[in-house]
Amino acid sequence: MLDFLNQIFPLAIAASIPIMITAIGGLFSERSGVVNIGLEGLMLVGAFTSSITIHYFDQAGNNNEYVVWIAILLAGIVSGLFAILHAYASVSLKANQVISGTAINMLATALTIFFARFLTRSQNISLLNRADRYQKIPILSDIPLIGNWLFTDIYITSFFVLLLCGIAWFIIFKTTHGLRLRSCGEYPQAADSAGINVVKLRYQAVIISGILSGFGGAIYIVTIAGEFNGSVNGFGFLALGALIFGKWKPLNIVFATFFFGFMSTFASLSFVNEVISSFRIPYQFYNALPYVMTLFALVIFSRNASAPMALGEPYDAGKR
Amino acid sequence: MENKHKSARERFIHYFSDESNRRKLAPYISILFGLLAGLILMLLIGQDPIKGYINILNGSIFKGLFEGNFRRLGGTLAIATVLTFTGLSVAFAFKTGLFNIGVGGQMLFGGFIVVLLGNVLTLPKPVHLLVIVLAAAIGGALWALVPGILKARYRISEVVTTIMMNYVAMWTVSYFVRRWIPGHYETESSMIKESASLKFELLTDLFSGSAINLSIILAGLVVVFIWYILEKTTFGYELKAVGFNPDASKYAGMKVNRNILYSMIISGAIAGLAGASYYAGYTNHVKLGVVPNFGFDGIAVALLGLNSPFGVVLSALLFGVLRTGGEYLNAMTSIPKELVDIIVGLIIYFAAATLLIQFMLTKLIKKMKKNDEKHIEEKVVE
Repeated sequence: MLDFLNQIFPLAIAASIPIMITAIGGLFSERSGVVNIGLEGLMLVGAFTSSITIHYFDQAGNNNEYVVWIAILLAGIVSGLFAILHAYASVSLKANQVISGTAINMLATALTIFFARFLTRSQNISLLNRADRYQKIPILSDIPLIGNWLFTDIYITSFFVLLLCGIAWFIIFKTTHGLRLRSCGEYPQAADSAGINVVKLRYQAVIISGILSGFGGAIYIVTIAGEFNGSVNGFGFLALGALIFGKWKPLNIVFATFFFGFMSTFASLSFVNEVISSFRIPYQFYNALPYVMTLFALVIFSRNASAPMALGEPYDAGKR
Repeated sequence: MENKHKSARERFIHYFSDESNRRKLAPYISILFGLLAGLILMLLIGQDPIKGYINILNGSIFKGLFEGNFRRLGGTLAIATVLTFTGLSVAFAFKTGLFNIGVGGQMLFGGFIVVLLGNVLTLPKPVHLLVIVLAAAIGGALWALVPGILKARYRISEVVTTIMMNYVAMWTVSYFVRRWIPGHYETESSMIKESASLKFELLTDLFSGSAINLSIILAGLVVVFIWYILEKTTFGYELKAVGFNPDASKYAGMKVNRNILYSMIISGAIAGLAGASYYAGYTNHVKLGVVPNFGFDGIAVALLGLNSPFGVVLSALLFGVLRTGGEYLNAMTSIPKELVDIIVGLIIYFAAATLLIQFMLTKLIKKMKKNDEKHIEEKVVE
């Protein structure tokens, strides 16, 4: 059993990291009052950007360590730019945010595959450069149990994401800026009368959600996927689920994504791993469970409202 | 009478001074922008856009048409039929104040029931068809029931729940298909029996062996039926009223929760019929591991059809042309078929941004009116 846990923990963490950072991105957007169901699309844009970047480095025979980081950075930038589309529609044009998010998802799928085919003549881009893995982290990996679970065989990008999550928590909950951001999601009219620029803050938040989702997509590619194939496997929607499951709170979101990561790992190992296959539970069950749990979470949380109050409402200064 | 003497300019101002008329223009502008963007994109990758669009039209309608071969047109109509169902499902939900993003999942589950019953039952064709069509509607409705209950009972937004249900449908169907009706390939179910196929010899022959099938007639009936419910019955009026303003409807004595549930069930049932149309009329088996795109296309169809049942038919035809033509484009040129997806995505985006279009038009009209007034004033001064 211990062996099993030692084996599964690194995989589950790797699977949960892209969901985590994307969900934190969604947190920014939704805390500011803009529903972002386009996370899947934003992730996909990041996945594509990073893949094509690495593809060109691969072709040039460059396999330096920094290639992966350049790819992740570019993915963040391009996804951030792409998110402006969503911000423009849902903040400036006061459009239906769900429709805009749907359009973002469709456009992302179409554009990425379109350009993948145009640039590489194939929908699939496989990569040579991948993220670095630490076999064993000195000292920390010697801690009993946890050392094997959390500090062995871990991707360098995972630390990067955990760091970003901490920073995000700090910004949203411990700074004036974060308080302003949250006030835009709760009661934008009041925020406005207190001198806060609601439009600017919402733009910022949506763009940040794009950047973080882009990171998420890129990390998905350089760690677990290893190739671009025109989808991120519903990870963006899982992130949306984690956001809800975590009640729009960073720490809860981190735990929700760990749980989702475990389910995803169980599903992909259900034929291979002896312990998991001995449970005799079909892999589809593990795959569906995060979504089902999100539905249950919604019911349980429905009594005490935890979603930002003005979520999904375009800001109209004339409305009170 | 007076209208006759008015200039085109005056008529333009008069027509678009009315807000509902401004709204009607939005879909056309969305389409125009979408097609324009497609044109730019084709230029960008060094392809001839005119050739591209001609290929889309040829592939979806004209190829062989004048030699009496209606195969292309038939294929387009078959896809348009599926899109009519999904578009109508979304539109009906919109009209009653719900945003059903789960049409894909409902269609998949309804389609799964169809393929299951099409595999295991042995019945004479007319009975078999009746059974699978009913089962499709029930399957779709069942899948929509969960978000419906969550919305009616707990006031949980149907947007998130329907998205989650899409993926639950995908994995549930994957499990049961592989357990009960596995196909030759791992990613497919087995084929339905001939008696469960909606293909109809007369129709197939008429359209030179294309995928067009009986569900096109069903679609026509359902469109008229939904229009009748929405526009001519108290029931439909109540559904719309609850969607428009639940509090006022409650005050007026309507049962809000029950009506929300009905709306969701009906929307789901129509989505289920899309499943019958596609899986028993077009593919004859279920593909695993994907939520059908028709659900999202349905959102585009509904938006462009301004959520009216007959508008949905027209825009479903347009998207049918784009979808079928896209496949042909892909085969004939080096333009990827995703071009069509980009156009569809942009059309949805622009439709979401209709406010911008209306806003620009309102500004234009104001400016024109002001100019006119200036002219009149100048004349008076003279």
